[in-house]
Amino acid sequence: MKWARTTAIVFLLAVCAACLLANVIAPASYAHQFREEPNASPSRQHLLGTDDLGRDRFSRVLYGTRVSLLLAPAAALLTSLLAAFVGGIAGFAGGWVERFVMAGTDLFLSLPWLFLLITVRALLPLNVSPIVSVLITFAMLGCLGWAGAARIICADARAVAQSDFILLARASGSNGFRLLWRHLVPNLKPVLFAQFWISVPVFILTEANLGILGLGVAEPLPSWGSLLRELESFSTASAQPWQLVPLILFILVVSSFHLVLTKEELTV
Amino acid sequence: MISLALTQFGVPLGKWCAEGLARPKIISRGPAEGIETLSALPKLAAKILITVVIGGFLGATLVRIAPGFGVDEEELDARLSSQSIQALRETGANETNLLAFYVQYLNRLLHGDLGNSRTLHRPVLQLVAERLPETLKSVALGLALGWSAGFLLAVAIVMSRAWLLDLVGSLLVGVLLCLPAAVLALLFVLAQAPARLLLGLVVFPKIFRYSRNLLARSSALPHVLTARAKGLGNMRVLVWHILPTAAPQLLALLGVTVSVAFTAAIPMEALCDIPGIGQLAWKAALGRDVALLVNLTMIVTLVTLVANSASDVVGRTFRASEA
Repeated sequence: MKWARTTAIVFLLAVCAACLLANVIAPASYAHQFREEPNASPSRQHLLGTDDLGRDRFSRVLYGTRVSLLLAPAAALLTSLLAAFVGGIAGFAGGWVERFVMAGTDLFLSLPWLFLLITVRALLPLNVSPIVSVLITFAMLGCLGWAGAARIICADARAVAQSDFILLARASGSNGFRLLWRHLVPNLKPVLFAQFWISVPVFILTEANLGILGLGVAEPLPSWGSLLRELESFSTASAQPWQLVPLILFILVVSSFHLVLTKEELTV
Repeated sequence: MISLALTQFGVPLGKWCAEGLARPKIISRGPAEGIETLSALPKLAAKILITVVIGGFLGATLVRIAPGFGVDEEELDARLSSQSIQALRETGANETNLLAFYVQYLNRLLHGDLGNSRTLHRPVLQLVAERLPETLKSVALGLALGWSAGFLLAVAIVMSRAWLLDLVGSLLVGVLLCLPAAVLALLFVLAQAPARLLLGLVVFPKIFRYSRNLLARSSALPHVLTARAKGLGNMRVLVWHILPTAAPQLLALLGVTVSVAFTAAIPMEALCDIPGIGQLAWKAALGRDVALLVNLTMIVTLVTLVANSASDVVGRTFRASEA
């Protein structure tokens, strides 16, 4: 399946490049309204037509993809770092520290995270700006998603801490921090990388769920959640298949992450 | 290594003897484990209770950390005077002392009072009693559907070793895994399909993928290969040698899928207009109804924990009976 992985990586790179160059490629701003052309069909000016409010859909797809593709990896990075800190310390220290930390992790895992997420998301200040709302949404995802990864990293850290080379390093006089930084962390990199890749599509899917429920990124800033929300008005659009483009792009991007991820998982 | 793995899976020894197959070394804890499991039930119940209480406290803490806690939409009403806005803020200020709030809450909980919903103006207990059965019905139907379809497809693929079926199944599962539950709900609304089936589609790919990998791994174990080499039929190999090996882990998956189904119930009920607790949570979130949200979080935590513990106990009992 090497070809599938390569295709997925190339596709992801192409999508990332397109959305990073949104300022250049997009024919209009994501918030600009062409008031005389709401629900317009695709044309040379509007490649994917316009939405109910007359905003260029192609531009919104580009900017929305940028929001999701930049911030989901950022949230995944936050999750991986938190998991590495909690799981790494617990696995390396062992004993009561590990038991205590893992009990806390189990407790966190038992909480229904989507319920918790909508609870905290619902309590954002009323006058929050779209940029702040998007940052808070993804920061929350990052802060609430660490527990599962921490368990895996803890198990891995425990195995490394009990290995012969750590024993030799201890015998050579390496202290706790040096052992942690020079020997444990480098050996946890593959599992951390896999956890990072696992988290990215999960956060993209979660943001989409929140966005469709109206609890994601605030308007007019687009994200995949708000773009997919347009499907609510799809009943009128049996003759407007271009409305499905965000959904198709979403499926392609998430499945590309899965294809890359599968290979990464195998190498860990 | 193999014996260790088999010990973890709880492979039935008697079956090997009956088939005259090579019997792997297994360290069994015997039927005593079943008795231990039963005697551990009160401890398990206490553990669940403590987890729910601490989980509720964590939830309430997170809510208070949220930057908009204490801010009410009514404050935006231009008709309100500054005194009225101040009065609204003072009402919320009573709840800022987290410990005092939670002790009061637990005290009320012990008396069967979950408080009142601020947005719906009704007791939370009444709302939950009305809506929980709807969600439980949807979750049960979804799990039955997802498990039947996912598990049967996995068995068919592993036993037939048909690459085409495997490819079609993997592609279908791949697409379903890329679709958020909310998008599936929207598609169900557009297609006017029965919404309760949606949860089945959400859990199906997870069950299929896990079951297929587990059954494939079990079917590659030496005793299964020996059984096949000795000419045992597919059905006999599956029922006597593959399924008992995979059963404890599949039972553990059952608990996990309950949690997945409850989570997916929020978008399903919100978008398909099913009056369950998922829809209630969504409405509470839109109306910033903290009391209702914290209670719902605790109830779902309790249900999830009970489901996980039950699947764990059944798995252990199964292992003990097999030994």
